[in-house]
Amino acid sequence: MMKFDAHIPDGPLAEKWTQHKFNLKLVNPANKRKYTIIVVGTGLAGASAAATLAELGYNILAFSYHESPRRAHSIAAQGGINAAKNYPNDGDSIFRLFYDTIKGGDYRAREANVYRLAEVSNNIIDQCVAQGIPFAREYGGLLDNRSFGGAQVSRTFYAKGQTGQQLLLGAYSALVRQMHAGKVKFHPRHDMLDLVVVDGRARGIITRNLVTGEITAHVADAVILATGGYANVFYLSTNAMASNATASWRAHKRGAAFANPCYTQIHPTCIPVSSEHQSKLTLMSESLRNDGRVWVPKNPGDTRAPNDIPEEDRDYYLERIYPSFGNLVPRDVASRRAKAVCDEGRGVGATGKAVYLDFADVIQRNGRQWVEDKYGNLFDMYQQITGENPYEVPMRIYPAPHYTMGGLWVDYNLMSTIPGLFVLGEANFSDHGANRLGASALMQGLADGYFVIPYTIGGYLAQKPHDSLDTSHEEFTKARKGVEDSLKRLLSIQGDEPVEELHKRLGRILWDYVGMSRNRKGLETALKEIPALREEFWKKARIPGREDEFNPELEKASRVADFMELAELMAQDALHREESCGAHFREEYQTEENEAKRDDEHFAYSANWEFVEVGKPEILHKEELVFENVQLTTRSYK
Amino acid sequence: MKVTLKVWRQKNGSTPGQFVSYEVDQVSEDMSFFEMLDMLNNSLVRKGEEPISFDHDCREGICGTCGLMINGRAHGPLKGVTTCQLHMRSFSDGDTIVVEPWRARAFPVIRDLIVDRTAFDRIMEAGGYISVRTGGAPDANAIPISKKAADAAFDSAACIGCGACVATCKNSSAMLFTAAKVSQFAVLPQGQVERKERVLNMVAQMDAEGFGACTNTGACEAECPKEISLVNIARLNREFLRASLAG
Ligand SMILES: Cc1cc2nc3c(=O)[nH]c(=O)nc-3n(C[C@H](O)[C@H](O)[C@H](O)COP(=O)(O)OP(=O)(O)OC[C@H]3O[C@@H](n4cnc5c(N)ncnc54)[C@H](O)[C@@H]3O)c2cc1C
Ligand code: SF4
Ligand code: FES
Repeated sequence: MMKFDAHIPDGPLAEKWTQHKFNLKLVNPANKRKYTIIVVGTGLAGASAAATLAELGYNILAFSYHESPRRAHSIAAQGGINAAKNYPNDGDSIFRLFYDTIKGGDYRAREANVYRLAEVSNNIIDQCVAQGIPFAREYGGLLDNRSFGGAQVSRTFYAKGQTGQQLLLGAYSALVRQMHAGKVKFHPRHDMLDLVVVDGRARGIITRNLVTGEITAHVADAVILATGGYANVFYLSTNAMASNATASWRAHKRGAAFANPCYTQIHPTCIPVSSEHQSKLTLMSESLRNDGRVWVPKNPGDTRAPNDIPEEDRDYYLERIYPSFGNLVPRDVASRRAKAVCDEGRGVGATGKAVYLDFADVIQRNGRQWVEDKYGNLFDMYQQITGENPYEVPMRIYPAPHYTMGGLWVDYNLMSTIPGLFVLGEANFSDHGANRLGASALMQGLADGYFVIPYTIGGYLAQKPHDSLDTSHEEFTKARKGVEDSLKRLLSIQGDEPVEELHKRLGRILWDYVGMSRNRKGLETALKEIPALREEFWKKARIPGREDEFNPELEKASRVADFMELAELMAQDALHREESCGAHFREEYQTEENEAKRDDEHFAYSANWEFVEVGKPEILHKEELVFENVQLTTRSYK
Repeated sequence: MKVTLKVWRQKNGSTPGQFVSYEVDQVSEDMSFFEMLDMLNNSLVRKGEEPISFDHDCREGICGTCGLMINGRAHGPLKGVTTCQLHMRSFSDGDTIVVEPWRARAFPVIRDLIVDRTAFDRIMEAGGYISVRTGGAPDANAIPISKKAADAAFDSAACIGCGACVATCKNSSAMLFTAAKVSQFAVLPQGQVERKERVLNMVAQMDAEGFGACTNTGACEAECPKEISLVNIARLNREFLRASLAG
């Protein structure tokens, strides 16, 4: 039986973290040198954690399937990062950032974690500026802010539309500095394929060297996963092509509970799908909703070109329905409304599955140069992909899978249900509840890596003396053999279907039944179709090449095999949650105004799933959520 | 449309490679170059042949993972665009397209079109950072930075580390890449303390990795997908001179 003690410290909300840091046992500097910590993933969360832990004196073994830490998917984040600095003096505070995040997540996150996130947010900005990150500035030389969805204050720091790039390069620079100092050994192009648990504690990993195919075991005193989210389970998403769930999923199979897998964020502003061959979807940052206006024609079947449709025939539906937040409603709300207007036949573009995001007003107000300064790279990207000039015709956008709030369950210390296994960044479930607000993922990844784990992991290690375990232990040998066998099994499938095609089919099932809106019948269908497709995968896939060489098709197959299992759990979770909350919209549970209708009496918990066996339903464990500092209300953005 | 690809195939770094031709039919204009390669690869897989290996990840021009020589041009025919952002509307029916990996001594081939660019990471390790420990940084607004300096730093920091500058340079010089990082920190107040060691160490590492010397041909700037300017190289040269004289 799994235990779900979140280890939330006692005391008033605002003092919990300070008090907890004081109460945590410390590892003395001489002892830190004896400990080795494995960090899998060197995106924002992993790179910041690895660098900071190395600065403290721990020995770090870092791994990434990328060729360099700078390639992690975090690099693609566009819009910005939140902090409660209140530089614009518009009424922001730590409590307001906390409140907005809890509310934005539709009251499905843990208060204490979210408060801590808001609390350390300001340190992140200080840290990043000291690293030389060129955030946007005003003419007076001070930092500039912009607004993001779900907030009525301007608290988002940004570097054009390339904030993630600049933040990751900052974390990467901190990391290379420690590599240079010899405190971090970085393993590029290494895929973690299993977690090794010895005597109930996470003690190592098994990796495959993607260049040579070599399988190696690595031992440590603790393991950190910072391996990102699983939105690519949908095949088409805004994530990078290689983003995957394997590290989390394999840890799950070793006993780490998976929390709220059905909380997947569908981002409202992405470039629409154009055809069958599409390999990924491209985000147009939410920050564009600061200045762009979303609309569709008032009447279905209006096929006039956008610039020929006069004002009176346009429906700026977000401004109409939500006068106080307007175009800046949270993502789940904006996405559902876009789907609704398209379902009414008012969608635009060749497929009818798009709405306009129009910049004509702001260009007229502030000039083209102003827009170019703020969003230039996004506009260029849009033009590259669509062949249309967004300075002249409105962008066409449509929702797409983007981010996963669900992930491995962690307690207040960011430790999973396996002692010694910590999970950071998008890979954990901690802070965003059922819906993440824009510019909060970068904040969370860096909070976890720079400011939380360096304290909490010490508390764990201090209670556990370093020992001389090595990879000759039978658990390592067994795990290694397991990995080798699973790769051989993949290569032995005698089919003729490319893995990508099977992945596409999985994505279609999820998009149709476990996507933006869900219902019992659809979810039950998904629960039949997913296992059937998984069976087909193991019969029909075609994976060329060998395991002892560079083999991208084998990498892909091994990831898709895990997606085929995870997808089923997502549907199971979505089916069990008989309420709507945030991004999880069950058609059966909606208000008269078609907004999500929560059921706090029965579902104010995180759903944490325990793996049983492939194809068998997983076991549900609940962590009840206790709200002492905010009142649960129906979110209203009107 | 239909195109003929002449693609560099090489099993690994220790086996010689050669060009292999492929006819690709039913290419649509809206496909990205990589989606066209995906389609070809899927057909190779169906036939039981080994697909063409190429590096890519974000497919939106920011991660710096992709990079192909297309008809002798780094990242293909367009200016200011990475390979992953290139679409087939830039080609015509019946075209023959030659596709090669980056070629440079410091970027050994791993397989087919994939090269090893970890030399860039080692240049970064030599000094591409400001030595601040986590925590203890002053308030972010404590030191105002002029918008001009911040924007200049940003323009340099926009480098995605793709290596096109090296691939396109007849000397295989990594000067633009290195100069962009040196410049970013040189224009910011935070970068001043380590300014001298940074430029000396990064340049020394660049040389040690086997990149060639810069002879100011400007090919790098012309092919850089992020349009990193030669001004960065001029600044590096000044920084280098200053640091060397200070000895
Ligand atoms: C297009 C886009 C724009 C976004 N814009 C914003 C924004 O403006 N603001 C915001 O706050 N958030 C934004 N987000 C979300 C945010 O970027 C991510 O949630 C965040 O960067 C995730 O960081 P991470 O460190 O957790 O994971 P990642 O950056 O995904 O890093 C994962 C790391 O794990 C490694 N890895 C994974 N699996 C394995 C394995 N099995 N073995 C070895 N290594 C492994 C990878 O190599 C990589 O190093 C955006 C997301 C997208 C897709
Ligand atoms: S300078 Fe330009 S071409 Fe060179 S690595 Fe950077 S982005 Fe690529
Ligand atoms: S794949 Fe990321 S830049 Fe091209």
